[in-house]
Amino acid sequence: MGNKQTVFTHEQLEAYQDNPFRQRIAQVFSEDGDGHMTLDNFLDMFSVMSEMAPRDLKAYYAFKIYDFNNDGYICEWDLEQTVTKLTQGELSAEEVSLVCEKVLDEADGDHDGRLSLEDFQNMILRAPDFLSTFHIRI
Amino acid sequence: MAQPLNFVLSVPETPEDHGQEPSPYDESDVHDSFHQLIQEQSRWVAEEGLELQEQERGAGAPQTTGSGRPVPLGPEDAGAHSTATLRILASMPSRTIGRSRGAIISQYYNRTVQLRRRVSRPELRGVGRSARPSLRLYDLELDPAALEEEEKRLLLVKELQGLTVAQRDHMLRAMPLGLAEKRCLREESQTPSGKQRGRPGRRGLLPCCGRLRDACVLALHGLGLGLLSGLLALMPWRYALKRIGGRFGSSVLSYFLFLKTLLAFNALLLLPLLAFLVGVQAAFPPPASPGSAPSFTGLELLTGGGSFNHTVLYYGYYSNSTLNRPCALPPEGQCGREADTLPYNMPLAYLFTVGVSFFITCITLVYSMSCSFGESYRVGSASGVHAVTVFCSWDHKVTQRRASRLQCDNIRTHLKELLAERQRRQGPRSACGRLRQVAVLGLVWLLCLGTTVGCTVAVYAFSELMIKSSVSADQEGALLALPVVVCLLNLGAPYLFRCLAALERQDSPVLEVYLAICRNLIFKMAILGILCYHWLGRRVGTLKNQCWENFVGQELYRLTVLDFIFVLLDTLFGELVWRLISEKKLKRREKPEFDIAGNVLELIYGQTLTWLGVLFCPLLPAVQIIKLLLIFYVKKTSLMANCQAPRRPWLASHMSTVFVSLLCFPSFLGAAVFLCYAVWQVKPSSTCGPFRTLDTMYEAGKVWVRHLEAAGPRVSWLPWVHRYLVENTFPVYLVSALLLAVIYLNIQVVKGQRRVICLLKEQISNEGEDKVFLINRLHSVYERKERSRVGRSQEAERLVDDPDAW
Repeated sequence: MGNKQTVFTHEQLEAYQDNPFRQRIAQVFSEDGDGHMTLDNFLDMFSVMSEMAPRDLKAYYAFKIYDFNNDGYICEWDLEQTVTKLTQGELSAEEVSLVCEKVLDEADGDHDGRLSLEDFQNMILRAPDFLSTFHIRI
Repeated sequence: MAQPLNFVLSVPETPEDHGQEPSPYDESDVHDSFHQLIQEQSRWVAEEGLELQEQERGAGAPQTTGSGRPVPLGPEDAGAHSTATLRILASMPSRTIGRSRGAIISQYYNRTVQLRRRVSRPELRGVGRSARPSLRLYDLELDPAALEEEEKRLLLVKELQGLTVAQRDHMLRAMPLGLAEKRCLREESQTPSGKQRGRPGRRGLLPCCGRLRDACVLALHGLGLGLLSGLLALMPWRYALKRIGGRFGSSVLSYFLFLKTLLAFNALLLLPLLAFLVGVQAAFPPPASPGSAPSFTGLELLTGGGSFNHTVLYYGYYSNSTLNRPCALPPEGQCGREADTLPYNMPLAYLFTVGVSFFITCITLVYSMSCSFGESYRVGSASGVHAVTVFCSWDHKVTQRRASRLQCDNIRTHLKELLAERQRRQGPRSACGRLRQVAVLGLVWLLCLGTTVGCTVAVYAFSELMIKSSVSADQEGALLALPVVVCLLNLGAPYLFRCLAALERQDSPVLEVYLAICRNLIFKMAILGILCYHWLGRRVGTLKNQCWENFVGQELYRLTVLDFIFVLLDTLFGELVWRLISEKKLKRREKPEFDIAGNVLELIYGQTLTWLGVLFCPLLPAVQIIKLLLIFYVKKTSLMANCQAPRRPWLASHMSTVFVSLLCFPSFLGAAVFLCYAVWQVKPSSTCGPFRTLDTMYEAGKVWVRHLEAAGPRVSWLPWVHRYLVENTFPVYLVSALLLAVIYLNIQVVKGQRRVICLLKEQISNEGEDKVFLINRLHSVYERKERSRVGRSQEAERLVDDPDAW
């Protein structure tokens, strides 16, 4: 994590915990889905979030991270959760629902009201920044 | 249409009954069952007609969204009635994400098979009747045999062994399995098939040789991996870039990555020059010129003249003859030792080395530009700015708390701006407002172009003044006047343009950045253009008997060094002093923003100077490398201490593409045009340099070709190539026409692809609507069955309770 020590104080750890998706990332990469990662899970996480991981693999795991209710689709509730976490609750409910509606308009290909993995991957193709933002430097 | 069979769909009436559940795996059953359902449905519709429609309308109304799209009844709406429906929906093949490892393995087995056999769809004949129109013969996912996971894995390993190493690695990297499993798969699929074919007779010798060979292979592999990880650890500035990315995000990081790229380009340019020009000439120095050489004073580092004049730094030092030539007649055996030395034709080497290094730089630039362009441009992609902002804008690199909070604020502001933009676009725009905006835009452009023209005229006038007041040799400090004026103008113009742009009040911040880059670029290129004219057009004439190439080389050296000094001053005053003023005097907590576009344009300008000066000062790339290294540390220190990340959202990837394209098009192209003109049209000076006796620099090549012609028929193909392909203009026209045809064909192909993408999108949309329709029908069918079952059981209970009813 950039420091040379191996034991981190609470303040140091707090400084690294501002990713709004940190719990979801831990849940997705842990074996039993409750956020407790073994060394292999930890390695998997850094392998996926590294520079060399292919785009489709990153899109697969990003989809799992944004799928809060783990039903295999990003529905409107998942989108609302994502937007709320992203803006730390500072947008009004009306704005959040407006944003979610726009996202579904843009990304939902088969018009079933939610995003499947293919819709998500298709949208990621149009976002060349994804590879550089879904990336943790070691 | 198939005839309705006497097939009764065994719908399980209790949730625990798993046995006869119709799953889509039994493709033919499902096909018929759907057909059956639709037939039943149409019968009921005919019987009950309106009742069914009313029910559906009642059930469907609360779920349709504002856009009127039908929405499938979600799991929470269905209730306990249609668990069978839910089970069918849960086993839909499109639910890729929720699958087990076995399913993922099957999916990748299919992909590997498709890759190996290079077919995406098997032949239609010879395949039994199947439900889906898209036949998947190799499809392990829908295989009714339902192999165990271990067997699927063995099949996958077997298929992976059939791929090449690169394809196998690519396939393994893309699999969403754990690292440990991928490692196992890779090890298993690397087993060489030759081992299996070992003859049984030599079994005694084989294990021992095989083990030794395996050990050697493993050791080499380990060594290779160790070297690779060592190389990665040696990558310069890894920790610094990580800190910058963690505090400021990808946008500011893109500037430093661009700096690293420029370092690589300069190193690539310097290597051939060092090896073939500087090294050789330094090993065979020319005879010392008469008169004492001036001693080293500190001013040379700034002006590049003085004692640097007669060093390997400049064009004038290089000899115009063949170095290391063996003696023609051996006087008293003195040349005996040198009988087998290698003669080195310096003029030819000079011309070729500069030409080849420019060519290599061009190829590398075009390649990197096309790579980054391919990443950021997609055929047929509509703008999905909301989706991209929600899903792709959080930068996971950022680790500092303050920086993440800033990122949150930025994203929130961006989303609010997007929503506001939508509303504003929907509102009517008055013609008066639009006219006013166009007028203001035109005025600002006029002012900017006027400033550019004014500064260009000023530089021209000053340069003419410098020519008139010719400077003597001991007043070298006065030669710094023109570069100082140019650097001051370069420093002041961006600030002026920023002030003028504040008048415009643009809606879109991205457009603002593009306009600023455009104006700054036009200004810098105009200044460089007038300087090039001043050197090649005027100085060549006025410095007739002196070494004008040395002068031009020194001018470019001076410009490079002074540009560096002014960058330092700009960083000092623009960032440090501004932060101190705003904190102490104005009492604002905000630090100045890091101006990414301005800094990148500075880098591009510096690189253009290097490319312009390579012909006259072969060590200029080395000076540029030192300059870039120092700029990196200065900018990093200033950034960490004084700046904050930009508030505007920054499309890092688009901007990287734009920067590399700007490096290629105005910058490198301009330098290449300057070089070609200097080589082809300008007469080299007659007192210094490797081309002093020739009319143009290009003549060195022609002289050599004539030598080859005279040498004999052994190398006759080279003069032939030179005469008919290089000097003749017809092949150039032919090649240009071919290139234009290829470009046109590619444009047509892209147009066709775009049309196909539109059709496929429509098809997906239709399929989605079909799916929703079928799911709704399925729900209503099961609901009806459940209702009738409940009704029957209630009837039975009532009869049991009331035996008198019998």
